[in-house]
Amino acid sequence: MGTFTYFPHTQEDIRTMLDRIGVRSLDELYADVPSEFIHKGEYGLPSARSEEEVRAWFKDLAGKNTELKVFVGAGAYDHYTPSVIPYITSRSEFLTAYTPYQCEISQGTLRYIFEWQTMICALTGMDVANASVYDGPSAAAEAMRMCVACTRKRNTVVASSGLLPNVLETLRTYARYSGINLVETWDVYEAVGEGTLDLAGVIVPSINRFGVIERHLGLADLVHEAGALLVEYCDPSALSVVKTPAEWGADIAVGDGQSLGIPLCYGGPYVGFIACREQWMRKLPGRIVGQTADAEGRRAFVLTLQAREQHIRREKATSNICSNESLMALWCTVYLSLMGPEGMRKLNALCYEGSHYLHDALLATGKFADPFEGREFLKEFALKPLCDVKKLQQALLDAGFFAALQTEEGYVTFCVTERRTREEIDALVKVVKEAEL
Amino acid sequence: MKYYDKLIFELSRPGRCGYSLPASILGGKECACSNVGSKEAPVSGGVWRETPLTLPEVSEPDVVRHYTNLSQMNFGVDTGFYPLGSCTMKYNPKINEEIVSAFNGLHPLQPENTVKGALEVLDFVDGALAEITGMKHFTFLPCAGAHGELTGLMIMREYHMRRGDTARTKVIVPDSAHGTNPASAAVCGLDIVVVKSRPDGLVDVEDLKPLLGPDVAGIMMTNPNTLGLFERDIKEIAELVHECGGLLYYDGANMNPLLGVVRPGDMGFDIMHLNLHKTFSTPHGGGGPGSGPVGVAERLVPLLDVPRTSGFHGNFGIILRACAYILMLGRENVKMAGPLATLSANYIKESLKDCFKLPIQTVCKHEFVFDGLAEPNGVTTLDVAKRLLDYGFHAPTIYFPLLFHQALMIEPTETESLETLDAFIEVMRVIAREAAENPELLHTAPHNTPIGRPDETGAARQPVLKYTK
Repeated sequence: MGTFTYFPHTQEDIRTMLDRIGVRSLDELYADVPSEFIHKGEYGLPSARSEEEVRAWFKDLAGKNTELKVFVGAGAYDHYTPSVIPYITSRSEFLTAYTPYQCEISQGTLRYIFEWQTMICALTGMDVANASVYDGPSAAAEAMRMCVACTRKRNTVVASSGLLPNVLETLRTYARYSGINLVETWDVYEAVGEGTLDLAGVIVPSINRFGVIERHLGLADLVHEAGALLVEYCDPSALSVVKTPAEWGADIAVGDGQSLGIPLCYGGPYVGFIACREQWMRKLPGRIVGQTADAEGRRAFVLTLQAREQHIRREKATSNICSNESLMALWCTVYLSLMGPEGMRKLNALCYEGSHYLHDALLATGKFADPFEGREFLKEFALKPLCDVKKLQQALLDAGFFAALQTEEGYVTFCVTERRTREEIDALVKVVKEAEL
Repeated sequence: MKYYDKLIFELSRPGRCGYSLPASILGGKECACSNVGSKEAPVSGGVWRETPLTLPEVSEPDVVRHYTNLSQMNFGVDTGFYPLGSCTMKYNPKINEEIVSAFNGLHPLQPENTVKGALEVLDFVDGALAEITGMKHFTFLPCAGAHGELTGLMIMREYHMRRGDTARTKVIVPDSAHGTNPASAAVCGLDIVVVKSRPDGLVDVEDLKPLLGPDVAGIMMTNPNTLGLFERDIKEIAELVHECGGLLYYDGANMNPLLGVVRPGDMGFDIMHLNLHKTFSTPHGGGGPGSGPVGVAERLVPLLDVPRTSGFHGNFGIILRACAYILMLGRENVKMAGPLATLSANYIKESLKDCFKLPIQTVCKHEFVFDGLAEPNGVTTLDVAKRLLDYGFHAPTIYFPLLFHQALMIEPTETESLETLDAFIEVMRVIAREAAENPELLHTAPHNTPIGRPDETGAARQPVLKYTK
C-alpha cells in the first residue's frame, strides 16, 4: 500500500493498532464476511489522480457545457449570488458539522436555522416554519401528506394544474405510493365546490406555471368550509411583493428557496421550505429549532418538538425526513439579511421592469400572441407562439440564449431576473425579430 | 468557543442595507410592484402584498461579522474528532468544494447538448458507484439517505405492482434498523413487520422465516448493522426473501466499512442507496444538503426513473464533490478506505472495553456500541456525552440503537490519525475515572461550552420558534 493524503495511517500505526486488537492483518478484520463476498482483484475505477489532475478533469468537463444567458425560470431562477454568501457558507464550522444533535457545540447552526424560520414566516405570513426540506417539489409532497394527517381519515387532495410540472410530478409520485387520491384540475373552485367529504387539502400556486400571479379570492373560505386545508406553493423571492399565503388565508405555505440567491447549479442543491399556522405545528415534518435557556439563564437554541420525528417515532413519525438542506437555508438566510426589505422590493421591481419590457417587445415582433392579457405577472410570462417553436429555440440557442421554454400547453415561457441587462434583452428581441421562423 | 448572543434581527437599524443591485434598465420608472410591501404601500384588493415585510436591515460588514461569530459556536469535522455513530464523519476534502462553481451557471432544464459536461459527470459517477456496489445503475434524484430509502421502496412497490402482485404490502425491518427505515416504509404506504435480533446482535433467521410469505414486498437491511456487526447470514436471508418473492433493500448508511471490500450487489441486494455525504466524503453542512443516489440490480433498471421524488436532477453540486473524491481515491486507495475505518473502530473498542460495557465482544466493522460505563456510579450516557464536549470532542451517537439502554455508538472513520484516537481513548478513560470520583461533575457537564445544558422540556412545552421583537 502506498500512502494517500486522506489516510493518516503509517505502516507502523497499522501494526500498533492490529496488535492492540489482537489480529494479524487487516484482512482478518473481515474474517466474519463469507469469503465469496470479499471482492477479488481490482475495482474497475480509474487510477488515483493528483489534485491538480482532478482540477484539470473538471475544467475539461466544464468546458463541454455551454454557458447561456438564462431567460427561463420554471422553478429555477437566475438571481445574483452576493459574494458574502459562499464566503460564509464555506466556513468549516458550518460546512463540516452534522445535524446539531449536541446543542452546546452547535449554537451557530441552531441560531441560523432559527433566523431562517423567522424569515420564512415573515415572507409567507405563516406562524411557524421548519428547518427546511429537500426542495420545493418535495416540500409540496410533504404538505400534501400533512393535509391528510391534519384532517384524519380524509384522503383526497386537489392540486391545481397550474402548478409547475415538476411539482405535479412529485405530488403524483408521493400520492401513488402513499395511497392518496390526488385530483388535478384547472378549476380548483369547481373541484372544491363538488363537496367531496373526503377532501383533505387543496394545493394552488401563488404564481402559476405561466408566470401569472393567481387570485385566490374566497378560496380559503371555500376550502375551510369543506373541512380541508389550503396549501400555497410560492416563490419566496416574489413573496416580498406578491400577496402572501397568509393574506389569501392559506394554512400551509411551501416552496423552493433557490430564488433567494442559490446558484442554478444544474438543479441542486436547493432548499424546500414548509410553514404553517400554529394550529398544525405538531404535524410539520423534519427538524424544528426552538428558543430556550440554559441553567444560567443564557439564551439557547435546541432541536425541539422531536416527538414528531423518525428517530423517536419510527413508523409513526410525521415524515421520514432526517437530513434536510441546512447549509442552503443558511445560504438564503444570509441572502435575506443582506437584501433586507428594501433590497427585496427593488430586486422585484427590476425583475418586473425587465420582464414587462421583454414581454411588450416580443409581442411587438408579431410572432406571439398574449394568452393571458390583463393578468399580472412579475418576472416570468407565457406567450402563444405564432411561429415554429423548434426554430425559435434553436435561433435563440445559436445566439447564446436559453429562452422560450415550451410548456405542455404549447406556450413558450420567458423569465427576466435582475441579472439580465437591457443589452441582453434587446439582443434577444433582435434575434426573434430577424430569424426566419 | 465564545458565547455570542445576537440574532441578526437585533442588529437591524432602519435605513441600513447590505445589497448592491444594478440600475433600472428603463431609468427608474415606477412600476406596479416598486412600493408594495412597504409601510407606505396602498392597501389594494389586488395581487400585491399588503403586509409590510419585516427583514433585518443590516450592512454587509454587520452580516459578515454576525455569521462569523455564529460559526465560532459550532463544531465541525475540521474543528475536531467527530465519532458520531452511523454518520461517517470523515474528512471533507477541499478540492471537492473548489470544482463546483464552474457548473453554477447551468439551468436544470437546458437542452442536453448544452450540458454535455454535466451529463458526463453523472455518467461517470453512475458507472463508478455501480462498480463499487455491484448494482447496475443509479438514479441521483434523492437528496438524502432517507429520501433514497423512500425512492428505493417506491421502486420495490412498483416492481410488485407491475407484476400484478398487489398483495405485497409488508416490509420487514430489523429491530436494530435506523429510524428512517420504518418511517420511509410508512410514507411509501407499506406495513412494517419487525424482525428480532439474536443476543449476538445479528438478525434472527429463525424469527424471520415465519414472517415471510406472499404478502412480503421485501426486507430492509443495514449491513454491517447499527451495532457495527456484519450480518453473516446474509446469503441465507437473501435466498429466503427471494424465494418468497420479496426484494432486498440495502440501507447504505453503513457502507463505509465495505467500501473497497464487499459489494452489496454480490450479497444479493436488489435495491440500495448510498449517502454521498457519508461514504463519499461530501460535507454534511449542519444537516444537509446530502445526496442519496439509489442503485438497482439489472432487472429493476426500467423502474429506476419511475419515482420522481425531487424537482430536477437531485443535488448535482453534491454529486460533483463525490466525483472528485472518487477520482482522488482511484482504484488503488479505494481498497484501503473500508479496512482502515474498521481498524480504527476496533482499536477504540479494544482500548476502552475495560471501562465501558461492551455487550457484544466480536470484531466490529466501522462502528460499535458500548452500553454505558462499566461502573456507572449513577452517571448516564448523556453525562458522558456532555463531558466529552468539555474535552474538545464531539460526542458519539447516544441512545441508539434501541437494543441497549445506555447506548454509545462510536464511529471513528479512516481519516483520523492514531494520535487522535489515542487522545480520545485517554479522555474516555479520564471520564470513567471522574464518574467514580466526582459524578456530579458529569451530571452538570458540559462546563466549557458556550452554553450549558438547555431546558429542552420547556422548549417543547412552550415552543418559541421564531424571533419576535
